[in-house]
Amino acid sequence: MAFSRLQELMALATQQKTTIAQVMLEVEEEQSGQSKSVIVARMSAQFDVMEHAVRQGVSEAMVSRSGLTGGDAQRLMAYVQQGPHLLDADSLRAVAYATAVSEVNAAMGRIVATPTAGSAGILPGVLVYVLDTGRFPREAVVHSLLTAAALGLVIANSASISGAAGGCQAEVGSATAMAAGALVELAGGTPEQVGHAVGLALKNSLGLVCDPVAGLVEIPCITRNGLHAITALAAAEMALAGVRSLIPPDEVIRAMYEIGQQMPISLRETGIGGLAGTPTGKRLREKVLGNPTAQITTSEPPSPSPSMEGTENAQ
Amino acid sequence: MKYMSAFEIIGPIMVGPSSSHTAGAVRIGNLAGQLLAEKASTVRFLLHGSFAETYRGHGTDLALLAGIMGYTTDSASIPMAFQLALEKGLEYTFEPTNLGLYHPNTVRVLACGEHRQVDVIASSLGGGKAEVQELDGLPLRFSGERPTLILSHMDKPGFIAHLSQILDQQGYNIARLSLDRKSRHGDAITVCEIDETPSSSLLELLSTKISHLQDIRQVWVP
Repeated sequence: MAFSRLQELMALATQQKTTIAQVMLEVEEEQSGQSKSVIVARMSAQFDVMEHAVRQGVSEAMVSRSGLTGGDAQRLMAYVQQGPHLLDADSLRAVAYATAVSEVNAAMGRIVATPTAGSAGILPGVLVYVLDTGRFPREAVVHSLLTAAALGLVIANSASISGAAGGCQAEVGSATAMAAGALVELAGGTPEQVGHAVGLALKNSLGLVCDPVAGLVEIPCITRNGLHAITALAAAEMALAGVRSLIPPDEVIRAMYEIGQQMPISLRETGIGGLAGTPTGKRLREKVLGNPTAQITTSEPPSPSPSMEGTENAQ
Repeated sequence: MKYMSAFEIIGPIMVGPSSSHTAGAVRIGNLAGQLLAEKASTVRFLLHGSFAETYRGHGTDLALLAGIMGYTTDSASIPMAFQLALEKGLEYTFEPTNLGLYHPNTVRVLACGEHRQVDVIASSLGGGKAEVQELDGLPLRFSGERPTLILSHMDKPGFIAHLSQILDQQGYNIARLSLDRKSRHGDAITVCEIDETPSSSLLELLSTKISHLQDIRQVWVP
């Protein structure tokens, strides 16, 4: 592949006097053998699924498969329309949109992994929000998915996008960085500013653990997607204002990888530690999953385990 | 490089809730189903690491089962997989286990059909990406993202030369190639990833022209 570091990606775009999205399009054409128009059409179809999930999540009362969560996106939209609020209505709408996609996901609805399902709210949330502002044509917004893809490829290849491998920073952190960079390029920022947006957004997500209650992509994932829509927008604004990430973005990505390596297994998508391990987290797990031992579907009834018998004898 | 395409980052279009534990698991099921290359009658899923801890919450069980039955990551049927398996007469078990030093999202799939059985260890690497780690006890790694030929054969000199010669003559480009064997002159498996979609005439040609070839299967989970 033509780039493996952000530095290389930014240099390619700068040298060729083009955008990161365009570099990604050229690389994808080369790698896949598909024409640029086919690639853009596929991205456009994915954006349609993202937009559908946003509209569905804010208009229908979503309930997750577990029954634990749902309805927050609708609550936020009602609040946006009612006012008064502290943030401006547009920014709050991005929060509602990101929350909406994550609620659709938890209800086993159709979403696009961006880069993962656990972090699928952030990019669609901010992009459908900017589409709704009317400032950018739909094609430009679809094109910015290529910017996000290029940034995500660098992160995935240099670090990880798996919560089980690197914690939530690898999922929501990566999504936030991708969204921030995509917004900067969409708004006309330079490749260098895109890099700073990635650095700023990712630095603010370092150390984020993956500790979902009952192992479900619900608590805290859904509200975290909503909140990180704001982080992505703010990081993009900072980069456009000229704020720099003094730790170069490639080094931030490396740090994310190393932090992930040092994270204990209980905080890497095992549903054991952190929020999952709180009294309420455990109670909710019991409520949803019942007996925590494995469910094995065989024709024979499960025999009691020796340890259980031992406990009974002791009593 | 682990990730090569923009669509591995933006995508897949999938049914939630988890790309690694749902979509990646569907893909692992798809890979195992294609490797079995016939209707499965029984299947055991030995779940490792995070898969073992959280499989029910993420619908990993539904996803693996739907996958082996051939449903894709965006199929609305995934939540109904248990019911569908019952209708198809597919018996299944899910067993948490420790497979050793593998990616935390790993499963060993033992599937049986009428004529064949397969033993596949595969990992879900994140973002819906899946990769086979071992096939029938041999360390062979492939993702099935490209058209992939799985050739079971005897370990004999000239096998690879003959295979690549035919592929070249027929206009196919080998993207990735790996081979492993149980013993010298013993059973071997070659995994050959190609850039083009193989035609039925290519498969016919390979199975008639290459000596010591026992079986060809095709795997492709784009």
